[in-house]
Amino acid sequence: MTEPSPARCPPPGPPLWLLLELTYRCPLHCVFCYNPTDFSNVGRELETGEWLRVLEEARALGSVQLGLSGGEPLVRDDLETIVAAAHRLGFYSNLITSGVGLTEPRLEALREAGLDHIQLSFQDSTRRMNDFLSSTRTFELKSRVAGLIKKYRYPMVLNVVLHRLNIDHVGDILEMAERMGAEYVELANTQYYGWAWRNRGQLLPSRAQLRRAEEVTARFRERVGSRMRIFFVVPDYFETRPKPCMNGLGRIFLGIAPDGVALPCQAARMLPGLTFPSVREASIRSIWYDSPAFNRYRGEDWMKEPCRSCPERGRDFGGCRCQAYLLTGDPANADPVCDLSPHHHLVTAAVARAEADVTGMPAAEPLVFRDHREPSVQE
Amino acid sequence: MMADIDTAARPAIGGGFRLQWEPAQETHVLLYPEGIVRLSRSAAAILTRCDGQRTVANIVTELERAYCATGLSSDVCAFIRLALDHNWLKLCL
Repeated sequence: MTEPSPARCPPPGPPLWLLLELTYRCPLHCVFCYNPTDFSNVGRELETGEWLRVLEEARALGSVQLGLSGGEPLVRDDLETIVAAAHRLGFYSNLITSGVGLTEPRLEALREAGLDHIQLSFQDSTRRMNDFLSSTRTFELKSRVAGLIKKYRYPMVLNVVLHRLNIDHVGDILEMAERMGAEYVELANTQYYGWAWRNRGQLLPSRAQLRRAEEVTARFRERVGSRMRIFFVVPDYFETRPKPCMNGLGRIFLGIAPDGVALPCQAARMLPGLTFPSVREASIRSIWYDSPAFNRYRGEDWMKEPCRSCPERGRDFGGCRCQAYLLTGDPANADPVCDLSPHHHLVTAAVARAEADVTGMPAAEPLVFRDHREPSVQE
Repeated sequence: MMADIDTAARPAIGGGFRLQWEPAQETHVLLYPEGIVRLSRSAAAILTRCDGQRTVANIVTELERAYCATGLSSDVCAFIRLALDHNWLKLCL
């Protein structure tokens, strides 16, 4: 495979959206986590000074939205230092957290440091399911954290990852969000990467489940109006056109993994044949504009048929490279979610398997909880 | 919903939103949780004056002076209406 010449693509804009995955460490063990399943083999985490240099260089290039994520970013005790630096530089900072470790003193310190926004994740509306899905006892802690977020006058943004095991609880989840005074709720259907890919057979909902959840959401929206904004992210396996993943690789998103490896998408580490540069060895400017890994999927030269001649290629950029790779073995193929893809049957077959058992968990495949050791299994 | 804007009201940037100049893009932007709105020059001219101190009438007068124009009131009010609907602005009374 030859590298397309970057000169033939229009020059990319700035990496507007910078995501720092500060650590892969996390007290939870969620079955739908998109972190790499071999995350325990990832090298030493960046030190505080290295993260601050990343912030400075990215901001100079025009990065402005900052995500602080992981793993659980609160595991890092320098989070407040990183937030303060980001605030000084003019970033809008978003903490993406499970809430575990968000004590009142820390929240006060983060507020003081200039943190703009907190997105709190829930696994479900019930303690039983929340704790089961994350393999922890965290439901009450999260509810407490939600109260703290309100107390410190942050907009309350809840994120709930949906899948077969909790999608039937959407009505309860929305009511829980309302009780907590949430302003925004993201009902994000699972994307199948990392641990979620491993557990796909367990997590993919049926079409009927999805339809019911959408109906419940629509009725709820009607009742609450603009008081609460609800984003329902449809699982792309049920679509016939792919999502414009990351708005095209290397166009607006720059992610930095815990060990300093720069990625055009959090999941891109899995893509074969690419060496992703590290911020330990290269400047953000050279990584974003000059590195072969970031230029590989810019523009359209890399596309194969049917994308290459498709009138919609400028809208969806051929979908997701990681999904194309996971399902077809070649990241340059059309995302098989697209019904024009010759591999679309791989997606419809997975959906058909989900249809076959709508009663609950297929017994044949155990759920694999995210863990740093050999995958632990819950029967 | 589309009630007229009270020109004595004092608009301010809404909670969770931040207005700032982006040198790399040479444009004003509104930032909010995980989002960004790039503002046109005229939108920025209005929003940068929404400080909770100036009234809508003050803002119209200032803009008419700054741009040597008259009759901007309905355009400014329409934009403020839109910005209120998106929660970019709130009204301080």
